[in-house]
Amino acid sequence: MNGQGAFAGALLSPEMPCPEQLRGPAGRHATRRFDVYRNNVTVALTEALAAAFPVVQRLVGEAYFAAMARDFIREHPPRSPVMALYGAGLPGWIERFPPLAALPYLPEVACLEQARREASLSADAAPLDPQALAGLSPEALAASAPRPHPAARFLRTRHPALAIWARNAGRPDLVQRPAGEVLVTRPKLSVLTCAAPIGTAATLEALARGLPLGAALPAGADHSAIFACLFSAGAVISEGDPKP
Amino acid sequence: MTLHSKHLALAGAFAAGLAQFAGAAQAQEQEKCFGVAMAGQNGCAAGPGTTCAGTASVDYQGNSWTLVPAGTCAEIDLPAMADGTPRMGSLEPLMRDLPKG
Repeated sequence: MNGQGAFAGALLSPEMPCPEQLRGPAGRHATRRFDVYRNNVTVALTEALAAAFPVVQRLVGEAYFAAMARDFIREHPPRSPVMALYGAGLPGWIERFPPLAALPYLPEVACLEQARREASLSADAAPLDPQALAGLSPEALAASAPRPHPAARFLRTRHPALAIWARNAGRPDLVQRPAGEVLVTRPKLSVLTCAAPIGTAATLEALARGLPLGAALPAGADHSAIFACLFSAGAVISEGDPKP
Repeated sequence: MTLHSKHLALAGAFAAGLAQFAGAAQAQEQEKCFGVAMAGQNGCAAGPGTTCAGTASVDYQGNSWTLVPAGTCAEIDLPAMADGTPRMGSLEPLMRDLPKG
């Protein structure tokens, strides 16, 4: 193995020896220096994950989160130097992590935190003012095809993940929300998290595929509730705007 | 249901949705406020030569911003500059307190 490969391989695996070529100033083997260094790497990555998933950390506790993060970090070392994006795979990893099977809502809470993070980092765009559609004929309204806002994310939850998140994130306005759909977006500078009526996710998926309103709203859903949700959250942009 | 009546139903749902929208509660909005962040605590990004959050190298750097509740940017209390000129937050980037060099 070359020097760089040995260094990278041992970086996240404390059971592996310090790379042979690594020497201190006196020419001696730099084992202790390397141990300090690789410990700092794991601690820094764990802190990046904790900053991204504060509610997950609160739910499992700091010590458990650090232990779980060590396993995640070894399986998923960063691919980009941008720590603001590190950990996108954590929600899916938690879902497949057997020791956490007793907390079936945890992957959904992690997905919600990841959605809020993505919304925060997405491109800015001006939400579509519904008044722009208000003057259209019924046919023109059905043919119009607004697009999802670049920051709009949605979840379909089987557990009351929104309520669990809200209780642990200081959002008393959302703690009574049952399981269902959740919309996360960022119309201006603040990330917005809200419960969404059934069918909102399917509508956004259809609009993302370019379908017009007349075909995007799922049959049997409460269409006026979906309209109210999408427009009050600023979750769509006009069809002329560039595709997110 | 004919296509026309489908369109009418959609328009009706849209109008009803708009009526609910009128009463929608909005979250407290924020604004980007320049020249108020401490070194290393700015939002993304602080002008040419910097890339992202936390890169402002001097306190109250004029071209770095932080999020504050909308409407409060110009009212934040800041210490006066060395020559006694008062410091104010701004919604636009400022030329004061830029890193040297």
